[in-house]
Amino acid sequence: MKNDKLKIANTILKSRLIVGTGKYKNFKETAAAIKASGADMVTVAVRRVNILDKKKPVLMDYLDPKKIKYLPNTAGCFNSEEALRTLRLAREMGGWKMVKLEVLGDKKTLFPNMIETLKSTKTLVKEGFKVLVYCTDDPLLAKKLEDIGASAIMPLASPIGSGLGIQNKINLSLIIKKSKVPVIVDAGIGTASDATIAMEMGCDGVLINSAIAKAKNPILMAKSFKNAVLSGRQSFLAGRMKKNYFATPSSPIKGLI
Amino acid sequence: MAKIQLNGKKVSIKQKFSVFDLLKKYNLDRKKIAVELNGTILNKHKYEKTFLKSNDKIEIVHFIGGG
Repeated sequence: MKNDKLKIANTILKSRLIVGTGKYKNFKETAAAIKASGADMVTVAVRRVNILDKKKPVLMDYLDPKKIKYLPNTAGCFNSEEALRTLRLAREMGGWKMVKLEVLGDKKTLFPNMIETLKSTKTLVKEGFKVLVYCTDDPLLAKKLEDIGASAIMPLASPIGSGLGIQNKINLSLIIKKSKVPVIVDAGIGTASDATIAMEMGCDGVLINSAIAKAKNPILMAKSFKNAVLSGRQSFLAGRMKKNYFATPSSPIKGLI
Repeated sequence: MAKIQLNGKKVSIKQKFSVFDLLKKYNLDRKKIAVELNGTILNKHKYEKTFLKSNDKIEIVHFIGGG
């Protein structure tokens, strides 16, 4: 298992669990949960600095970008222009070329606007970005994203922050089967077993934020996700037994008294 | 005195005030931020030589927690 690493574009990650840094009580809890998760890449958002409070702590003071990979996102962007502006600023900040693109289409569901997403992916790829793309679980659109140069496909399991788990296993399986680039389930995972199921199905990784940050004990939940992802991956690699419709005894019949 | 718009807020600055001076005024580490001046990203090595004029719109961003 030590050699089983996740490769996205030319970046190699030891952990198949990528975690978000939003929704925690404070930065101390964020840092502790991320450490417990074992993740080597975290998503971050780009926002205005607070000019009214000069002493306000900042994320980078707690999570050193030299020690953990930052994956800037475009959360809150509802069109291609906003998303591109955000990611170009992120790149200026510290040279981040690997980014998470999410162009939202609707405030209620936070479903991605796939037309704007495709448009943005094309531009970003042209500009040299390595783009991980949040997308619907539509197998044809996922393939299209791969064709135009996405570095990873990130279909939603269910709406962002809903905790509803994988709602369309068939579509997700089709995406996994057809993709040559990594498939990372993003959004909607509610608890550790959901992540195990995704990994057992053959996903290359999972991205978790709310399920850890909104748990009663986020640090313990982060550990749980670490194990869940590893467990699911091992189970996938091991190859599950065949399902049978009738029972087969586990103890031999021969020598029965 | 010149009046600029910084992150959506009106701010008064002295004459011959550079982006570098602005970062110093707000205690911002250039390694942790990015600057957009009038809609265009300002390269980090231009902070010292870029002086602000009245009505300039400047956005300074950084990373925060997000999913």
